[in-house]
Amino acid sequence: MPDPHASPTPPARRPGAWALILAIPAACALALAYVGGWLSPHRLTPQRIVDQFQQNAGVHPGYRRNHAKGVCVAGYFQSSGEAAPYSVAQVFAPGQRTPVVGRFAIPGSNPYAPDGSVPIRSMALRFALANGQQWRTGMNSMPVFPVATPQAFFAQLQAGQPDPATGKPDPAKLAAFFAAHPETAAFRAWAKTAKPSASFATDGYWSLNAFVFTAPDGAKHAVRWRMAPQSVDDGATAPANDPDYLAADLRQRLAHGPLHWKLLVTLARPGDPTNDATKAWPADRPIVDAGTLVVESEQPQDSGPCRDINYDPTVLPNGIGISDDPLLPARSAAYADSYLRRTSEEAHLPGTARVDTKPQAEARP
Amino acid sequence: MKNTTGLFTLPARILHWLMAAMILAMLFIGVGMVASVSERHAWLLRIHKPLGIAILLLAVVRLAVRLRHPPPPLPADLPMLQKLAAYASHWLLYALMIAMPLVGWAMLSAGGYPVMLGASLRLPAILPASATAFAILRHLHGWLALLLFLTFLAHLAAALYHGLIRRDGVLASMVGGSRKS
Repeated sequence: MPDPHASPTPPARRPGAWALILAIPAACALALAYVGGWLSPHRLTPQRIVDQFQQNAGVHPGYRRNHAKGVCVAGYFQSSGEAAPYSVAQVFAPGQRTPVVGRFAIPGSNPYAPDGSVPIRSMALRFALANGQQWRTGMNSMPVFPVATPQAFFAQLQAGQPDPATGKPDPAKLAAFFAAHPETAAFRAWAKTAKPSASFATDGYWSLNAFVFTAPDGAKHAVRWRMAPQSVDDGATAPANDPDYLAADLRQRLAHGPLHWKLLVTLARPGDPTNDATKAWPADRPIVDAGTLVVESEQPQDSGPCRDINYDPTVLPNGIGISDDPLLPARSAAYADSYLRRTSEEAHLPGTARVDTKPQAEARP
Repeated sequence: MKNTTGLFTLPARILHWLMAAMILAMLFIGVGMVASVSERHAWLLRIHKPLGIAILLLAVVRLAVRLRHPPPPLPADLPMLQKLAAYASHWLLYALMIAMPLVGWAMLSAGGYPVMLGASLRLPAILPASATAFAILRHLHGWLALLLFLTFLAHLAAALYHGLIRRDGVLASMVGGSRKS
């Protein structure tokens, strides 16, 4: 460090020094802007995914940006103890009973969509473990997901954006998307025969993504799980004149007693794909009956306990971890953005869309 | 205790440079993780929470060191406005390095999330679950991060100004080594 008194050069004569004083902080600011994606508007971000949901179905303040229409449920999970050798998660300990706050929903961003408009139903659960940890999961009533990556998911959303002229997605764009994404074949084969069910209670719900269990001895097991319904599907068809029959059916069934699902955990064999939710695992993989989900009550989603829960599937207790499935971090990031938008609307923060207090008027024009 | 060495004490210098690296990393991690849908999102999030709590703990230690060992005085010929800016920005940095982790912790609490620092290490909630509180705190976390980054840039520019233009020993007092006075 030169002696300041031995340096008579006036500041104006050190242009190099001034340039550094400007350039170094500017470089830091540019680096942060790059990391934040502000210099690359074409990079896929959680915000762009959620924006696209809003493009496709409009903004419905206070509601989730996807699976917007749903109903809260509450109950508990009764562990059989059979999954305990594969995961140290307290929820699987023999005899353990864990309270659950859940949500049934249908996919799509419109909270007023008729229940019969899609063949898919979803079940989201938050297990509140006795040790304070949580397990959150969002499952769908189909065995495989249409796409394997966030980029393909985004392309599918874009292809499904309604044409302003018709109000419907452009069939040519959808066809082009499916042609460019042959990995959607398994899902499309399922969707061809799938019918909108008349009840949440008779559907099974798949984790779709793979996860990793950690056993007491530290061994890792790649798994997928599903909730297998214990209510028998009596083949009843959905009432055509009631767009909200699923909630009504749930209320009616719960008035007669709790509903049950078995939590079936499939153990992967080495080589089974954990990073591709479009591929089902072979049917002969070992299945562990981890216990029973008991749903005891339902509450409306605008006031029930599920409203303020972000069912981020990467919120996991010790003993369950995420796999290398690229959809999982994307779900986490996009759900967080959706959660921030709807809680900001709920909080009436400046600049957010107003929460409509009379949704029914808007729903049925 | 009056500082006559012209240097920050060694603990103060170690804490400064360690925390400078941690806080700068933290700002990039935070900005990166909320803008990412890739596996980066998952591992940045895993680092973000324990690193934030580490910064909080070190900031408390650092505040104690600062109060016990006053920093070397600013050069006598430094204009009053620059002295004021130095004091204000330093206390703003202290306030932010303590506030940011607390706001993050409170925000996760209000969102009903378990505040996990590792696979099984969990901090208690410091606020009851509330969607409104979550939304306010989440936005506050972002705005305070921006303020912290801008304050850091000003701090960096000022340090370079002292070291390259004024050459008054202020930068040397934190870099260490000898200082002629």
